[in-house]
Amino acid sequence: MEILMAFIIGILFMSATYLMLSKSLLRIIIGTGLLSHGAHLLLLTMGGLKRGAAPLLGEHAPSYTDPLPQALILTAIVISFGVTAFFLVLAYRTYQELGTDNMDRLRGNEGND
Amino acid sequence: MKTNDVILQTATKIVLFVIVLFSVYIFFAGHYTPGGGFVGGLLTAGAIILLLLAFDMKTVAKILPFNYMNMTALGLLIAIGTGAGALLFNKPFLTHAFTYAHVPVLGKLSLHTAAIFDLGVFLVVVGVTMTIIQTIGEDE
Amino acid sequence: MSLLHLAIISPFLLAILVPFAYKLFRQIHTGWFILPLPILLFSYFISYLSITSNQQSVTKSFSWIPTLGIDFTAKVDGLGLLFALLITGIGSLVVFYSIYYLDKNKEKLNTFYVYLLLFMGAMLGVVLSDNLLVLYTFWEFTSFSSFLLIGYWYHREKSRYGAQKSMIITVFGGLSMLAGIILLYIMTGTFSITEIIAQSDEIFANPLFVPALLCILLGAFTKSAQFPFHIWLPDAMEAPTPVSAYLHSATMVKAGIYLVARMSPVFAEHSLWLWLVAGFGIVTLFWGSFSAVKQTDLKSILAFSTVSQLGMIMSLLGIGAAALHFETVKDSYFTVATTAAVFHLINHATFKGSLFMVAGIVDHETGTRDIRKLGGLMNFMPITFTLAIIGTFAMAGLPPFNGFLSKEMFFTGMVRVLDMDIFNLDTWGILFPVIAWVASVFTFIYSMVLVFRTFTGKFQPEKLEKKPHEAPIGMLISPIVLASLVIIIGFFPNIISNTLISPAQAAIMPPAEGYLYDTHIYFWHGFTPELFMTLGVITLGILLFATLPKWRSVYGLFPKKLTLNRFYDGGLEIAQRGSMNFTKIYMNGSIRNYLIYIFTFFIVILGFALFAKDAFTFDASNISTIHFFEVLLALVIAVGSITILFAKSRLTSIILLGAVGYTVALFFVIFRAPDLALTQLVIETISVSLFLLCFYHLPKKRNEERMTFKMVNAVISVGVGAIVTLIALSAHSNKLFGSISQYYVENTYEKAAGKNMVNVILVDFRGFDTMFEIAVLGIAALGIFSMIKLRMGGGKKNENK
Repeated sequence: MEILMAFIIGILFMSATYLMLSKSLLRIIIGTGLLSHGAHLLLLTMGGLKRGAAPLLGEHAPSYTDPLPQALILTAIVISFGVTAFFLVLAYRTYQELGTDNMDRLRGNEGND
Repeated sequence: MKTNDVILQTATKIVLFVIVLFSVYIFFAGHYTPGGGFVGGLLTAGAIILLLLAFDMKTVAKILPFNYMNMTALGLLIAIGTGAGALLFNKPFLTHAFTYAHVPVLGKLSLHTAAIFDLGVFLVVVGVTMTIIQTIGEDE
Repeated sequence: MSLLHLAIISPFLLAILVPFAYKLFRQIHTGWFILPLPILLFSYFISYLSITSNQQSVTKSFSWIPTLGIDFTAKVDGLGLLFALLITGIGSLVVFYSIYYLDKNKEKLNTFYVYLLLFMGAMLGVVLSDNLLVLYTFWEFTSFSSFLLIGYWYHREKSRYGAQKSMIITVFGGLSMLAGIILLYIMTGTFSITEIIAQSDEIFANPLFVPALLCILLGAFTKSAQFPFHIWLPDAMEAPTPVSAYLHSATMVKAGIYLVARMSPVFAEHSLWLWLVAGFGIVTLFWGSFSAVKQTDLKSILAFSTVSQLGMIMSLLGIGAAALHFETVKDSYFTVATTAAVFHLINHATFKGSLFMVAGIVDHETGTRDIRKLGGLMNFMPITFTLAIIGTFAMAGLPPFNGFLSKEMFFTGMVRVLDMDIFNLDTWGILFPVIAWVASVFTFIYSMVLVFRTFTGKFQPEKLEKKPHEAPIGMLISPIVLASLVIIIGFFPNIISNTLISPAQAAIMPPAEGYLYDTHIYFWHGFTPELFMTLGVITLGILLFATLPKWRSVYGLFPKKLTLNRFYDGGLEIAQRGSMNFTKIYMNGSIRNYLIYIFTFFIVILGFALFAKDAFTFDASNISTIHFFEVLLALVIAVGSITILFAKSRLTSIILLGAVGYTVALFFVIFRAPDLALTQLVIETISVSLFLLCFYHLPKKRNEERMTFKMVNAVISVGVGAIVTLIALSAHSNKLFGSISQYYVENTYEKAAGKNMVNVILVDFRGFDTMFEIAVLGIAALGIFSMIKLRMGGGKKNENK
């Protein structure tokens, strides 16, 4: 399972990078979304998969999966939501003000910084 | 956009309470079973978004006259206040305390300062999500 | 948390209430709400006198960040208490003075008093903390509040310039001090000053000792405006006069002195300490007094005079440190310099404070501070004139004022340098009394300029903006109190000798066991060299003052291009332009370029580390089972994310992103992470709806991308993907450390009484993370709110619609 996950994570990172390097704002934002999925899965995989019951003491299991990566990922999910929302509004306001979503045309020009 | 959403509106009225109740349950149960301030907050926000979909902005603002920005601030204050409260008892910042209390009808209750902290998280999550949705919505 | 801690943070607490008081009671001057606090604190600290006058100290500890060894330990000893009394005592007078100085209808009093309270609390923190890191935090807080106060009239360009200058210089020093603190920590393993002093003999031979000494001194010198860092102080005079009286003469600039005094027991063994502290001090003393004579602005004269007096105290502390080299500190022969330093510190606060207030009164009542326009004010302001006479005569070192006593002691200390046979002082030591004497002559001259150019001579009403008259009584009370102190201490110096001076001295130079310092100050010492030096100062001073117009042109001889201010301005300019040019080389405004830098470095560094360091290992022995449906889900993610790359329509990409997100949530279910699965499901729903809300507003057309562009992207992204896969594989196969998670499993119920470990980690064990996380969320919401609600003004708004 871990090996399979390693490849899935690699694919997620690859697509994310490709999207982030493209010219359209929306694709860049989608890229960051994929990147955070990849990062979350990577964290989880690093901690080891299916090592026991869900980390709830009520389960009374002999062993539990690692709770720490889960807590970290939970924080990361919520943060990446905040960031995605911020990016989206940034993109949409940029388009409204400047009339383009092309990254090449959005470069600040000399003397205008 | 004037469309007739009778089915959606009627369903919302019922489902809304289910979602809100569920989110409150999930919020309080978070210490023992899956859930907590984040999920609870997000579910509540989801319920309000459903309301927004079924009715229009103004109606919702009339039903729930909250300023979500203030709600965020309040949540942050509660969270920081809970942390700072520990300082008054000569404990490091964010040390939590808990105790058990016996209440007549409900039986044994465990009381946590962590729950107050989580309430802060809950309020921030609802506040932030709704601020985002509302400001974008109002802009159209 | 004890009452002492509460006293230190009480100004911060009051600062929170100030804006409300300002809003609710506009009719009452906000200063009246502030005034009770410093008075209360002053009387509170007075109660400690009974302890410190026996040269004992009180320590109250309160653990703040125990894991890092940072405790908020408040220690009241002679030195700390002396400063605390100065801060609260002068603070009370300054607040009282400001009530009459600042008009409640014209000035923004709420910000002023908030800054002032911030400063007061920070300063109390500096002088009363025993933990160096806590001290450092408060130290930077004083720089910061000083910045805000200098820039209080921020619409004036000079105010902004002065504020920035003071900030750059003092924070630069502060950072170097932080480096010194860390070096001390490396050597001793503690941040506590008391413990460091206890270990001072052991660290003496450490190679880090000298660097630590230099770093700490740099911090002290910049703060206390020692040459050549003094240039910020004259520009800081743009602050309102109560602030100048408080921060830039009586308290904040003395923080450097405090630090030197506090650290003396640690470093004074080293000859470098003596030479640097005494040397910089004496040069500053001379340069400050010499430059003060040529100033024409009342506050500039006072600023340079402060610089010079700070240099004098500093040099005394340096000389006093020599006493630690002789067997026991019982002998008061060399410690007299330290006594003089402490004594003059008190005296300087009294007379300089009153002089600043006098300058403020003159400014307030005539509308100018330029001595070329002033003159003959004696008849209009008799009380102010009397106050000025007392202050300046004390500053010039004339009897019967307190300045005379400490000046005599200063000479004594300098003359005794000649008897020290250590560190080459027997050869070069002669310079100390000589420079000290010359500087004193200049001190005498500028003191006379200050009072006689303003109050005597020809009255020039046509050059003044207002018709001068005596100041209101409220403004006069504070300088009167200070001036009476000048006289009282002048006549009865021994009322403070064993209550304030000896305890402070005991803290600067810890005496041998069981020995108590006993200080007595006399007017008449007989016909000693000091007396003749004073007589010489007065004679030559009067002579030079009378002939000042004739030799003033000496100052013109200094090339204008070589002043320190020129260096500072030029250096700042070069630094700004240089860093801008350097940045422009690689920051060309295209985010894609930056991302390419980041990703290339990511690939190269991680790839290199993986193979060069043999980090890549692959071990398939410890892997978990795999089911058919899991492979299916994995395929969904893989296909979904790759299809996004080729998706033509925006809607398709958004829906695919949602599909990937939901599949990730399913994976969370499989991997026994119910909390994550729940959160991910809800978050995914909300973000997809957000995407749908926003994509409506984005253009339909996709931007054309050329083939080479796509190829570069493809190469980089495949590289990133491969590296991440390798890392994921080796992270799984190669566990260097055992997991720390067992702690959470064991303690979730024991320590936090919860059963859901993830949630307990979030709200309890790692509550800090969560707190900052919700703060980040709040900031994101604020950003979104302001991006949408606050549009750039006018015209541009509908340009593209």
